[in-house]
Amino acid sequence: MSTADAIAIIDYGAGNLRSVVHAVAHAGLNAVVTDDEAVIRRAPGVILPGVGAAADTMENLVSRNLTGVIAEVISLGKPFLGVCMGMQALFTVSEEGGSHACLDILGGTVRRFAPGLSIPHMGWNQVRQVRPHPIFDGIPDGTHFYFVHSFYVDATDAQVVIGDTTYGTTFPSVIASGSLVATQFHPEKSAAGGLRLYANFGRIVRGDLGHVATRQTDTVGVA
Amino acid sequence: MLTKRVIPCLDVAAGRVVRGVKFSADKDAGDPIELARRYNTDGADELVFYDITASHEGRGLFMDLLEDCARELFIPLCVGGGLATVDDLYGVLRAGADKTSINSAAVRTPDLIDQGARRFGSQCIVLSIDAKKTVEDDGRNWWQVYVNGGRKATGIDAVAWAREGVDRGAGELVLNSIDADGTREGYDLELLSTVTGMVEVPVVASGGAGTLDHFTDAFSIGHAHAVLAASVFHYGVFSVPEVKRHLATHGLPVRL
Repeated sequence: MSTADAIAIIDYGAGNLRSVVHAVAHAGLNAVVTDDEAVIRRAPGVILPGVGAAADTMENLVSRNLTGVIAEVISLGKPFLGVCMGMQALFTVSEEGGSHACLDILGGTVRRFAPGLSIPHMGWNQVRQVRPHPIFDGIPDGTHFYFVHSFYVDATDAQVVIGDTTYGTTFPSVIASGSLVATQFHPEKSAAGGLRLYANFGRIVRGDLGHVATRQTDTVGVA
Repeated sequence: MLTKRVIPCLDVAAGRVVRGVKFSADKDAGDPIELARRYNTDGADELVFYDITASHEGRGLFMDLLEDCARELFIPLCVGGGLATVDDLYGVLRAGADKTSINSAAVRTPDLIDQGARRFGSQCIVLSIDAKKTVEDDGRNWWQVYVNGGRKATGIDAVAWAREGVDRGAGELVLNSIDADGTREGYDLELLSTVTGMVEVPVVASGGAGTLDHFTDAFSIGHAHAVLAASVFHYGVFSVPEVKRHLATHGLPVRL
């Protein structure tokens, strides 16, 4: 396999990197694990995985000099998939462990679930598809996915929410904006539904799953 | 709605799954990869691999096995057995585990919980507690923590230890009842409901499942978040879908 057309899985020391690599390979995607800006810039699509704490994630992205290239490829309309912490990191600020500035690509605050619930929200929960999107192709509405998190995204713009999930509160579990998609759950741990989601992302990258739903001002391009 | 999880547990020794009765491995129950594949297809919500070999060769075999399983199983994997240091935790996480289950080492060195949670996040740190009901001469009942595969009493109160473990950063608890393990007489519901009423993190019931109603009881009476079982699954007494369908008919949310 050549790396020229490989999807870049961003390596910033996230603990679940290998699970993502296995799942992406199983879903038939050609991918490369990298923290090299040039490789990320050249890739036809980018995956930002993640697990752990917001502060560590941001610290690692900053110390590896990756925040700029992430913002750049998203603004250029390259297909981008954020997973779990890789979704939360895209928003303005996280309240995890105090208050930590995140990438601010999308407006919103990452908040802790209210007291009275078992925390973390750990296990299989349903995703309600609130807006159609090619990432859901072949995945029935209400499919269960695997979640592990104590914080959730409170998005400023409700239009970016394409899937939601209820745990005490109803929170965004899949968001999309332009060519950007992100999931709060772990597709790599979500059996057939998760593998299908990765396969769909691969098809979006290749441009054979129609156009990504766009917002008026966004440009969509498949590099 | 968050579903109730059904988790097959594979006790692995020398590359084979073995069956434990009251914490002593006795019978061979099959090939781990074959069983793991079957559970994956059957809709298991998670798998636990427990390395019960202490030897160096056994450890190597186990790590190879874990890597092989992680490559083809796309459900969460929790790994335990002999994990004693943060480096041990890192090793199994790198090999493909999503969570690490710590037991005796956490009792000896409680700071392992804090260190593990700081380094990998609480969601990676599962505190597994082997507890046995102890009746004092004055009639007082309590659950005592045992270590070393259930062989050594510690004098530690299991309920207090559960709370301490969560305070130190454990993201999930597994309660193994030594009295019930392998008996198929039901989970220890009293222990379960005592702990679930007290901690914020998910609690997994372990040890004693023998009938379909035992699973239901762990949720509806014990308020567990997940049930773990080994031999009843390995020997085909019940299948995972059978258990889930039973739970569903009792109004419990499951992923079918």
